[in-house]
Amino acid sequence: MQYPVQKLLISALFASVLAACGTTPTTDSAAPVEDRNVGSGTSGAATSGSTTGNVAGTATGSQANRLRDPNSILSKRSVYFDFDSYAVKDDYKPLIDAHARYLQGDKGGRMTIQGNTDERGSREYNIALGQRRADAVKKMMMLLGATDSQIETVSFGKEKPRNAGHDEGAWTENRRDDFVYRGE
Amino acid sequence: MIRSLSRAPWVLALLCWLIAGLARAQLTIEIVGGGATTIPIAIVPFASDAYPLSTTAVVSADLARSGLFKVVDAGGVVPRPSRAEEVRYGDWTSRGADAVVVGSMTPQPDGRIEVRFALLDTVKQGQLAAFTYVVPPTQLRATAHRIADAIYEKLTGDVGVFSTRIAYIAKQGPRYELLVAEADGFNPQSIVSSNEPLLSPVWSPDGTRIAYVSLENKKPVVYVQTLSSGGRQVVANFRGSNSAPAWSPDSSRLAVTLTKDGGSQLYLINADGSGVQRLTSSAGIDTEANFAADGRSILFTSDRGGSPQIYRLTVGSGAIERMTYDGSYNVSPRNLPDGRGFVFVRRDGGRFNIALQDFATRQVQVLTQGSLDESPSVAPNGKLIIYASETGGRGILAAVSSDGRVKQRLTAAASDVREPAWGPLLK
Repeated sequence: MQYPVQKLLISALFASVLAACGTTPTTDSAAPVEDRNVGSGTSGAATSGSTTGNVAGTATGSQANRLRDPNSILSKRSVYFDFDSYAVKDDYKPLIDAHARYLQGDKGGRMTIQGNTDERGSREYNIALGQRRADAVKKMMMLLGATDSQIETVSFGKEKPRNAGHDEGAWTENRRDDFVYRGE
Repeated sequence: MIRSLSRAPWVLALLCWLIAGLARAQLTIEIVGGGATTIPIAIVPFASDAYPLSTTAVVSADLARSGLFKVVDAGGVVPRPSRAEEVRYGDWTSRGADAVVVGSMTPQPDGRIEVRFALLDTVKQGQLAAFTYVVPPTQLRATAHRIADAIYEKLTGDVGVFSTRIAYIAKQGPRYELLVAEADGFNPQSIVSSNEPLLSPVWSPDGTRIAYVSLENKKPVVYVQTLSSGGRQVVANFRGSNSAPAWSPDSSRLAVTLTKDGGSQLYLINADGSGVQRLTSSAGIDTEANFAADGRSILFTSDRGGSPQIYRLTVGSGAIERMTYDGSYNVSPRNLPDGRGFVFVRRDGGRFNIALQDFATRQVQVLTQGSLDESPSVAPNGKLIIYASETGGRGILAAVSSDGRVKQRLTAAASDVREPAWGPLLK
C-alpha cells in the first residue's frame, strides 16, 4: 500500500512561529563573580585570596579569563567514560580537581555538568545514564572543595551527540560530561 | 439545480483541506508481512464516491493494512449495488468474498454529505452492520476510518483503531518537530517544533493533551501541551533532569523521572505541575514509568539489581516486584490495555528488539527483528504496537501485531522519524 509523499511547508512556518515563543537561554550577568569578592571573608576563599593581589576589578576579569585561556587546564571541559560506565578515570582527576578549586575560589561561580551517552539503547534510560555520569563528577568536585549549590547536573542522554557517526570512534566521543559555567 | 448550487462551497472546502494536507511531510505505510488467516472482503465503490480522496479507497486501505483482511476485487458486477437490498450474494460468493460492503454518498442542500454503508455476510446472507453519517466534506476521511472501524469490529470482534491518531517526532536537519497524524499517517499536523531535541511524547488518556520532554532550556524539562488551543505548560522543571512522563489513566496526574533529590527517581505530579510526590527511593536508576490501565500499578525500568530490568510498583502499598530476568538489558515497559502483560525493549547481543511478556506465565515473545528497535507504544485495542526502528541509518516507524505476524513500515521523506505514541480511542 503506497501513499503519495509530500514535502512540508506549513511546518516551517509553524517552526518560525514557535521559535518566537521558544527558548531564551538564561544569560547571567557578572553578578556571581562580584559575590566572590563580597563573600571572601570565608576561610575557604582565603587561600585563593592570596592569588588576587590585583585590583579587585581586574580579579573578576582574570578569573573569567582563566576559564578561557587555552593554556589553562580550566579551558578543558570534557570528561570521557567507558561503555556502560560512570566511573571517572584517573586521567581526568587533575581536570576535575582544577575546576573544583576554581569553584572553591569563586563562591558565586556556578557550573552545569551535562552528561551524555552513546546512541545505543533507550532514549529515556540514556537520559538517566548521562545523569549518573554528571552526578559522578559532581560528587568528586564536592569532595575537592566545590559546594552542592554551585553545580547543577543535567543529562542530554543520547540526544546531542558530538560525533554523529555510528561506530566505536563516535561512541567514545559521545560518552562524555561537559562543564559549562554560568554566563557562557 | 439545487444540487449543482450546493456543490460549489464544499468542493472549495475540500480543495482547501486537501492543499493544507499536502503541504506537510507525510508518512508512507507499507505492509511487510500479513496475518496467518485473512478475511476475504469485497468493498464496492460507494455510489457517487467521486471525491478526490475516495472514501471507499480509504476504507479498503485501512482494512488491508491491518493484515487481517484480503480485499477482493469488486469490479465488473453490473449493476453495481449501493444498498443492501441490491446485493446478489452469488455475485460475491463466486469471487470468494465472505463479506461485502456497499454504500452511497449523497450531497445535501446544506453542503454536507450523507454517507451510508452496509456490511453484509455473504455466507449467512444477512446484514451485519449499517450506518448513516451526515458530515461536512472535511470529515470524509474521518468517516471512512469510522466505517473501517465498524467493519473491523464486526468481523474480528476487536475494537478498530483506524480512527485514532498517532504522535511522533520528526527530525529534519537541525529541526525537531512533534507531529500528530491520522493512524494511517495522513494529515500530519505540527504540534511543536524546536532546534533542540524533543522526545518521549505521550497522549493523555482523554486525548486532549500530549506530554513530552524538550531540551530547549539546555536540560530536559517536561511540558504538557493542549491540542485544541496549542497552549503549553511546564509540568516539571526542577533542578537537574526532568523526563519520562507517563499519564495516570484518569489524565489528572503524571509519573515523571526527576533528579532533584539525587539520582533518577520516580515521582508523581499533577498535570498542572503541582503536588510533587516521590514514588521510589533506590540507590540506582528508576525511570520510564508506565501506568497499568486500572491505575493500580506502574511498570518502570531500574538498575537496582545491577542491570536495567523491568519492575512493577503497586501504587497503594508501594510494593515492588521484579518482572524480567532473561538478559542484561530490558527497558521501556508499556502495559497492554487488557492487563495481560507488557511490551518492552530487550537487548540480545548487540540488537535491540521489541518483545512481549505475559504477566501470568512470564513467557517472553520477541516480536521484531530489527537491530535498533525502540520506543514501543501500544494501540488502544492492544492488537498493534508501533515502535521506532532504523533502516539505512535513518529513523523510521514500524508497527507489529501483538502476535508478531502483521508488520508495517512507516517512513517519511527526507526526515528521521522516531518516538511514536499511539493516541487513545475516540470517545
